[in-house]
Parts: sequence; structure tokens; C-alpha cells
Amino acid sequence: MKKIYPSAEAALEGVLKDGLLVASGGFGLCGIPERLLDAMRDSGVKDLTFASNNAGIDNEGIGKLLRTKQVKKMISSYVGENKEFERQYLAGELEVEFCPQGTLAERMRAGGAGIPGFYTKTGVGTQVAEGKEVKVFGGEEYILEEGIFADLSIIKAWKADETGNVVFRKTARNFNVPAATCGKICIVEVEEIVPVGSLDPDAIHLPGVFVQRIVVGAPYDKKIEFTTTREREAV
Amino acid sequence: MSEESKGWTRNEMAARAAKELQDGFYVNLGIGIPTLVANYVPKDITVTLQSENGMLGIGPFPYPDEVDPDLINAGKQTISELPHSAYFDSAASFGMIRGGHIDLTVLGAMEVAENGDIANWMIPGKMIKGMGGAMDLVAGVKKIIVVMEHTSKNGDPKFIPSCTLPLTGRNVVDMVITDLAVFQRPDHDSPFKLVEMAPGVTPEEIAAKTTAHYVS
Repeated sequence: MKKIYPSAEAALEGVLKDGLLVASGGFGLCGIPERLLDAMRDSGVKDLTFASNNAGIDNEGIGKLLRTKQVKKMISSYVGENKEFERQYLAGELEVEFCPQGTLAERMRAGGAGIPGFYTKTGVGTQVAEGKEVKVFGGEEYILEEGIFADLSIIKAWKADETGNVVFRKTARNFNVPAATCGKICIVEVEEIVPVGSLDPDAIHLPGVFVQRIVVGAPYDKKIEFTTTREREAV
Repeated sequence: MSEESKGWTRNEMAARAAKELQDGFYVNLGIGIPTLVANYVPKDITVTLQSENGMLGIGPFPYPDEVDPDLINAGKQTISELPHSAYFDSAASFGMIRGGHIDLTVLGAMEVAENGDIANWMIPGKMIKGMGGAMDLVAGVKKIIVVMEHTSKNGDPKFIPSCTLPLTGRNVVDMVITDLAVFQRPDHDSPFKLVEMAPGVTPEEIAAKTTAHYVS
């Protein structure tokens, strides 16, 4: 079993082709697979559909592949401030499926758990419910949402051991866990690969069974969208 | 408050919302005025703030030398952790929201209808940013408080008979706090009742600026 690859480019070899459905981890620019997105951009692969909570910002995250027009469709909950995204969307060059954030996370989790659909109260009576089956449980309406079965999952973690057991750091975990599980193949990029036995088996966030390929992505940019601080109290 | 000023300020609205907090509550605060509610948590109670990107126990903004790009809130601002903080993934985060484990959420809105409908995610014809977690929050959290200006910039009522904008949730709002008044209802089958007015505000003014039906 050899899961470790020397570069993001090598980790993507044999996997990329036009028209893929890619599940990507990250929330805003926090915990995004920076190196794998770079390598996907450089590969020239196109007509991609991304299931990702956000679409990056101008030339950061998935924004890098928007700029090069490699993205056909986004499945996202919030696309934020992204001028190129806005331009392509308004020009009809980019398709967007807005999906409530929790529904998106659960669609990924469900796909990864072999569940093709589930009922949720989220979005009942809104545009999100249009065209979806409505079912009543206990006198309340729920809508049917479908699991996401992606061709490829790309995620970013803090550490992985050589067998692909993964740990994340603070709020950089976010969508990386559900995104990892719903792809036919999952590539994880990490800050550090550690020897087997050095991670606490009781504290693994994503077990190695979900991870097929590992690559070290450091050094990381880790851009911050809004730096907010407080003054240190005078001593 | 001076004699001339009328209605509550943004901070006073946040402070009013904070009165709804109870000891032990798990709370999700939206962006804008709702975020200010954190500044008015009564000192004698413990409230744990949830951030839907995967954290319970949001701490204050970090000191400049402790900023961590791996530690942000749902508004993508840098924050800090507390001794009792916990991290989890987005599916677990919305499991606790959708599953009814969060006691209270405070959200902004563009419109609230007399039947408890809320619209706060899109204006047709304008660039759509997306609903983020708002639809999940209004569908799953036990108590939904809306904090908003009583009227739009044009002076149009925002608490109205039925929403004109695309809905975020249907029949979900429990309480509306505006700069002029507080409306509340005990359950989702009852009409809203006017329960408080800001100093200097009269019932006539509320009636003139509200098209929604409410009980006085």
C-alpha cells in the first residue's frame, strides 16, 4: 500500500479528465486544498463541476480555476465577493446551483455513506424546494435532497500518517471531512506526513479508509479574508 | 438617550436580543447587528456560541500576535478559542443545527411576514451571493429572533402581511426586534403581539409603520 505521492501533480495523475464532478473541502479560504487546486489549474482540465461551500475569491482557491474558465458549474451555499465569478455568472458562462450550507454538507456526507437521498426541513416553502419531492413526517413537511457522489475529492488536512489517517486543525476541518468521503477517489494534501503510530488512534478525524492518495502541500499561503483583532490589555 | 433621538440604536437592539439568552444556551449569531449580541451576554450566565463552520465556544477576536488562519468564524473573521471550545466538521455542525440542539439564533432580515415567514437571502435582479447556512438555521434552531430596522431606507415597512422577496424559511420566526419595537408570539400558530416599544415611540407610530397584522 503506497498512498504517498511526491507532488500534487503526481497525485492527480490518471485521475483528471474534463467534466469531472469534484468535491472540495474548505470554508472560505480556510482549509482549502491549495496545491491540488494549483495543479488542477496547471493541468488545463476543463468543464469541471465543483461541489464546494464557496468559490474562493478572485484568484484564490477555486477562483484560480474560474479565472482560467475551467469551471462549468458550482454547487455552493455562498459565493461571496468574487468579481470574476460574478462576471461569468451574469454572462451565462457559469452555472450555479445554490444549496443551503447544511444541506450541502449532508449531501456530501450522505453520498459518502451510500445514502442516495434524505429528507430535510431546510428549504421547505422556498425556491430550494422547487421540483423536489415533499413528504410529511409527524405532520411536518420535509423535502427530498440527493446525496452527492463525486468523481474526485480534494481536501486539505493538518497531518496524515503514512496509511492516510488524518487530523485537521481547528476550524480548518469544516467541509473537508464530508467532501473526503463522497468521492470515488480522495486526495488529501497535508502540512506534514507523520510515521504510523504517531497519531493517537482515538483522535483520528478521518480514517485512512477514505483516503487514497496523500501529498505534502506545505508551505501554505493560508490567506485570511478578514483579519480581526483586539488590543492587548495594558499590564 | 437624548430627547431628540427616537428608537433603539444597533447596540440597544443587540442588548434587547441578549435579554432572551438563558444560562446554558447554545446560540448561533448571524452577521451584522446579531454579532453585537455577544457583547451583551449577562455576566451571571454561561452562553456558548456556535459557529456553523465547525466550532462551539467562540472566543473574542485574537490579539494581533495570535491571529491564526485556521481559526475563523462563519463571517470569515479571525477569532480565538476558549477553554471549553470544541471543533467538528460541517456535517456535524449542521447536524446540531438541523437536529434542534441549538437553542437560539439571532438573524438579520430584509422582510418578515405576519405568519413568521422570513426573507433574507436574495433580491431578484441583484447578484445572488447564496443563502449560506441561513435556511438550515431557521429550519432547525429552537427559537428564531430577527433583529432588523423597522423600515427600509425608503421608509417602507419590513414587517409586512406577506413577504415579497424569495423566502429563507416559512413560518419560522418567533420574535422580531426592530429599532422601534419588539413583537413576539408564543407558538407558530399564534399571531405576533406588540410587547415592547422603544422610549418615545407610540403605538400609533408603530401602527403607521407596520403593515403586518399584530395584536396590540
